[in-house]
Amino acid sequence: MRHTLFRWSLVLCIASAVVASVALTHCSKGGSNSNILASDAAKRVYVAPGQKDEFYWFMSGGYSGQVAVYAIPSGRLIKQIPVFSLFPEDGYGIEEETKDMLLTSHGYIPWGDAHHPEASMTKGVQDGRWLFINENNTPRIARIDLKSFSTAEIIEIPNTSGNHASPFSTENSEYLMSATRFSYPIPQKDVSVQDSEKGVLNGSISMIKVDPTSGRMSIALQILVPGYDYDISHCGKGPSHDWCFFSTYNTEQAHKMLEIEASKNDKDYILAFNWKKAEQCLADGKAKDFSGVYYTNFHPENKATIAEKHSGVKMITNPADCSGMMYYLPTPKSPHGADVDPSGEYIVGGGKLASLIPVHSFEKLQKAINDKSNYIKVVDGIPVLKYESTLAGEVQKPCLGPLHTEFDGLGYAYTSCFITSEVVKWKLGTWEVVDRIPVYYSIGHLSIAGGDSAKPIAKYLIALNKITKDRYLPVGPEVTQSAQLIDISGSKMKMLLDFPTIGEPHYAQGIPASLLAENSQKIFILAENENPYAVKNEKDARVERDGKTVHVYMTSIRSHFKPDVVEVKVGDTVYFHVTNLEQDYDIDHGFAVYGAPTSNILIMPGETKTMRYEATKEGIYPFYCTDFCSALHQEMQQYLRVTK
Amino acid sequence: MLRQLSRRNRYLILLVGLLLLGLYFAPLWFVQLTAPQYPEGLGMNLWIHKITGLGQFDLQNINLLNHYVGMDPIIEQAIPEFGYMPYVVAFMILGAVVTFLYPRRFMVYLGLANLLLVGTAGMWDFWRWEYNYGHHLNPGAPISIPGMVYQPPLLGCKQLLNIESCSWPHLGGYLLFLVTAVLLFVIVSEHSKGTASK
Repeated sequence: MRHTLFRWSLVLCIASAVVASVALTHCSKGGSNSNILASDAAKRVYVAPGQKDEFYWFMSGGYSGQVAVYAIPSGRLIKQIPVFSLFPEDGYGIEEETKDMLLTSHGYIPWGDAHHPEASMTKGVQDGRWLFINENNTPRIARIDLKSFSTAEIIEIPNTSGNHASPFSTENSEYLMSATRFSYPIPQKDVSVQDSEKGVLNGSISMIKVDPTSGRMSIALQILVPGYDYDISHCGKGPSHDWCFFSTYNTEQAHKMLEIEASKNDKDYILAFNWKKAEQCLADGKAKDFSGVYYTNFHPENKATIAEKHSGVKMITNPADCSGMMYYLPTPKSPHGADVDPSGEYIVGGGKLASLIPVHSFEKLQKAINDKSNYIKVVDGIPVLKYESTLAGEVQKPCLGPLHTEFDGLGYAYTSCFITSEVVKWKLGTWEVVDRIPVYYSIGHLSIAGGDSAKPIAKYLIALNKITKDRYLPVGPEVTQSAQLIDISGSKMKMLLDFPTIGEPHYAQGIPASLLAENSQKIFILAENENPYAVKNEKDARVERDGKTVHVYMTSIRSHFKPDVVEVKVGDTVYFHVTNLEQDYDIDHGFAVYGAPTSNILIMPGETKTMRYEATKEGIYPFYCTDFCSALHQEMQQYLRVTK
Repeated sequence: MLRQLSRRNRYLILLVGLLLLGLYFAPLWFVQLTAPQYPEGLGMNLWIHKITGLGQFDLQNINLLNHYVGMDPIIEQAIPEFGYMPYVVAFMILGAVVTFLYPRRFMVYLGLANLLLVGTAGMWDFWRWEYNYGHHLNPGAPISIPGMVYQPPLLGCKQLLNIESCSWPHLGGYLLFLVTAVLLFVIVSEHSKGTASK
């Protein structure tokens, strides 16, 4: 008996050793992903000191609410642009000039959830003027100026909830599209969610007009649509110029336990939306005046934000009122991405729970809508077409959990697969998988420079992963997200670099450095500073009292502020309007006051910024420059005196 | 001495006048400063009538840096030479025109003498300004290094603390050299013509 036991344990031991060794070999293969020599990869991403990268890569900061700018291929973080969240580092959203950028119809909101950066485009190609990005939680879209790399405008979208399928641009940035991920009662009211009849909760599609010269955004039109979850969009180009496509899930319209209830249908839809037709219907007076309160917050260069409250929009309340505007394309199963190839012919659905990637043909779609025999049914005035009638092909068994697809302009598509943690390369037209590469771990979006435009640059692909685990030194339970740089210039994908990212990057936009670097602003010209509180000469620095309000017109230059000592009284509200008189690149000055319950402000050369300070207690309060500006930076310290 | 200039040399003298006209449109000299923090460089151009930065705000930024060691700010209004230099050049152009109309050899000698005199005086004056800027330092300046002076070079490069200062002729300076060469050529050719005809 003992003998047998011994023999069995021996067998078990050997067996487990074999399993372990196989597992180990397997692990080491996967772990080092040795399809490229480390030294070769190092050469590809090494940007020598003093040299510059080839690309700017704008990554959404996710729940940080910001945009992070990376230099690629080195993967170095070169800027954080504050957008939807306040930013104590420079005072954005806190100091007087920018605090109104965060105003909404729900009041001042210090945080946002940034998702999809979108580049402004001309003829379907990035033009380097603006970057747009959506806020998912309290629906908004921001416009970032790509000269100053700062947020120039934020528009709130009314009658929308879960602004996720946003802000996707038409071919010449005529419009940005925006849609509801979370259906809700439109207009807003109290309903019983769990017991509500279908139709009580609605979705909406919004067309945000972008002024071609100023970039100013306005709400042109909204359309009430069935209360599915509109997830991601992309607009057409070339032949499909007039159209945008939105993926949907939860066509079951479940409003509890969505993870089960919203995954029942074999197919959900991609909504094909003819925005030109919608524009025509608006012009023909088919849209109604509809309620909706929203803000537009515009930050003119070097001036205070102009926050305006608006009321009322134009709404097409029934898609049937504008026939030919919308069609549903059945797409398996709970599709996530809706991506259009550079030619504008193929619309790729990322069937997140499907084991195939369906591709619709724009040409077939045009034929299908003209033949009513292809209509399966009509939902709220929107015809549902036969799956086969628009299908160009299916990529069979690409992976599990296909999400998003980008293109290289050479006839290939790259799809991110969340569940199997990989990027799959396949050929448009033949629908054959030609290459795959593991990523670490659980990729969400992926990004190629211009990869959603008419002119992709087939050089790098960035995998934006959701799970990081062991990729970096452990830093407690919450770790950074991880991006991975992949070389796509050859026939096989090659892993080049891991680098950590800020917040949770959802989508990203890579823009060639040559398009932006030359135009990047170095200073604000002091002579052109039109801020009413600007002081352009040290001699004009002064303190002006108006009752209990004190305006300090202050200057800063290496290495002092004027006036020397500021004297105020207890109970005063003090506005420090600080103008940086410098006209030299990268000579910013900071300003902070002892005990001020705000942040510091960072003032660029030629710029004026304002800090509000309540003088509550008598005493002497030092203020100083927070940004190391010169050899005498430490001496840049002075006093605020508060008397009774 | 009163001999007429050859036809070609007459036109060369007219050319001298035209070349001198160029001084109103091109700087005489420039000073280039480079420092670790200023890889792109800072600099200023010296004209006959003004001083300008190489970049839009270079002059302001040079003065900001200079104030650390107590140098006087470089301000156009503080330099009276800019007021009368244009007239001196105008006088020389007038001389060239007169010589063209009254083409006598002695006029060319006078012109060359005038040019050399103005040139030498100008260089001395430039050196004197540089000397004063570099030596007359505010004793209350934040950075004071005993024995250190900040006189930029007249020609060539010099390291002044963290800043390498280089001074070279600009287009206008080369025009002056060219004018001198043309005048010398005219004199030599007139002279050889004279000896040949003897």
